[in-house]
Amino acid sequence: MAEMEDTFDAIVVGAGPSGNAAAYTLAKEGLSVLQIERGEYAGSKNVQGAILYSDALEKIIPEFREEAPLERHVIEQRMWSMDDTSHTGMHYRSGDFNEEKPNRYTILRAQFDKWFSAKVKEAGALVLCETTVTELVKDLTGRVIGVRTDRQGNPIFAPVVILAEGVNGLVGQRSGLRPEIAPESVALAVKEMHFLPRETIEARFNLKGNEGVVIEAMGTITRGMTGTGFLYTNEESISVGIGCIVSDFAEGEATPAELLEAFKAHPSIAPLLEGSEVKEYAAHLIPEGGYKAIPQLTGDGWIVVGDAGQFVNAVHREGSNLAMTTGRIAAETVVALHRKGEAMDGYTLKEYERRLEATFVMKDLKKYKGIPGLLDANKTTFFGTYPRLFSQAMQTWFRVDGVDKKTKEKAILKSFRDSRSLRGLLGDAWRVARAWR
Amino acid sequence: MTEIATAPKVEEKLFQNRYLVDAGKPHIRVREHEVPSASLLAMTRLCPAGCYAVTESGQVEVAADGCLECGTCRIVTRKTGEVEWNYPRGGFGVLYKFG
Repeated sequence: MAEMEDTFDAIVVGAGPSGNAAAYTLAKEGLSVLQIERGEYAGSKNVQGAILYSDALEKIIPEFREEAPLERHVIEQRMWSMDDTSHTGMHYRSGDFNEEKPNRYTILRAQFDKWFSAKVKEAGALVLCETTVTELVKDLTGRVIGVRTDRQGNPIFAPVVILAEGVNGLVGQRSGLRPEIAPESVALAVKEMHFLPRETIEARFNLKGNEGVVIEAMGTITRGMTGTGFLYTNEESISVGIGCIVSDFAEGEATPAELLEAFKAHPSIAPLLEGSEVKEYAAHLIPEGGYKAIPQLTGDGWIVVGDAGQFVNAVHREGSNLAMTTGRIAAETVVALHRKGEAMDGYTLKEYERRLEATFVMKDLKKYKGIPGLLDANKTTFFGTYPRLFSQAMQTWFRVDGVDKKTKEKAILKSFRDSRSLRGLLGDAWRVARAWR
Repeated sequence: MTEIATAPKVEEKLFQNRYLVDAGKPHIRVREHEVPSASLLAMTRLCPAGCYAVTESGQVEVAADGCLECGTCRIVTRKTGEVEWNYPRGGFGVLYKFG
């Protein structure tokens, strides 16, 4: 390591979607880039559901479909409200998603990130794996001028450090660039990889070729905590998982593994997984605090991108696209400043934030800024009472038992009024509408 | 109790995973204490890898070999400071095959 150059145009900490997007964009534009990743290879520490949204990657590598390891393109989205024995579903399936350039894919992050990292190297960046950044190096004025790692005693310098270190990013937090993440702003998700022959998956989900299905579920599966379950079809495996807000978990009684087991055993899920072989168990935090939890994003010599900046749209289960977009835009900002020979300080780097404001990233996070608070204040209602009421209503409506339909209608309306009162129902509708708009 | 009979064994789940353990250099340590805080105690239930346990004398201990590196314990105990948390040395720790 001693012979390695110790000064670069930019240093990127982390090789997930945001770090790879940043490093690729910088290197492609001819800047000298050092990217540092603590995993054995890029992807070996990274966990996601995982859905890849094409648009964000197309803006970086337009021809990615020709070579990236993609699992299935998503043609059907199922949204489920679940109680203990049932689900009420809204499914959207369309032949339009069988298009030449599909909109979304399921991916396996360990493999996808490895591919993305190879593109970063091809573009000319120096990627240093198996290396953990231990601290930022600052000058006397507090300006970030480089990093120190666990590999090499001497610091490595750059006029700007892009922190793509993920949700649990220690470097930025320990250097005081952003506050410690709050247990209320982050979800803990656990996930298993269930392997099945591809024909079995295709038969169970009514799929042909590389078509795929994703299921997002909420309800009593999270036992009154704010959270969701998911099931994604990959080529020869199914990713199944569940996550809840950490502060809810801390106050509750369930263990994450118990929740996952109960979700897998649910009569709506169990037949989909039957006979599968489990090959991995993973856990990861997801930043879900939304707009209000976004920390300071720029300062003298530093920029924050991806999960480290809380860039997740929890309502739409989007994260990797926000990560790639913030990584790309941070890099484009740095490239522009570099070409003009301008300093990378808190004032000039604000341009990154201005550019983000103009994209879906900030617009969507702003739109849903009230949602995390709304869910937290109403979690037993939204994740318990309503899913139960929907299920009971469906059961009453669809079970044929000699009771006339008018009586059934009355019973359904009464169940809602008894549980929430008319005032409560109107209040819930109002609160949801206000947080949504 | 039926709950115990049906409780999933986290250790069995961890057997599926690949790890490169940095022997003798645990990346998580619990600071010495007499009585654990409610937050630290909660980790015995909350840790998705089941790394935390209560000793006979009532302290909470951690065995981080099966750690999934999620960081939940660091965030839950951030105010009490009872957990000293670092990422494993570069290259060590959990190695996700699929992620």
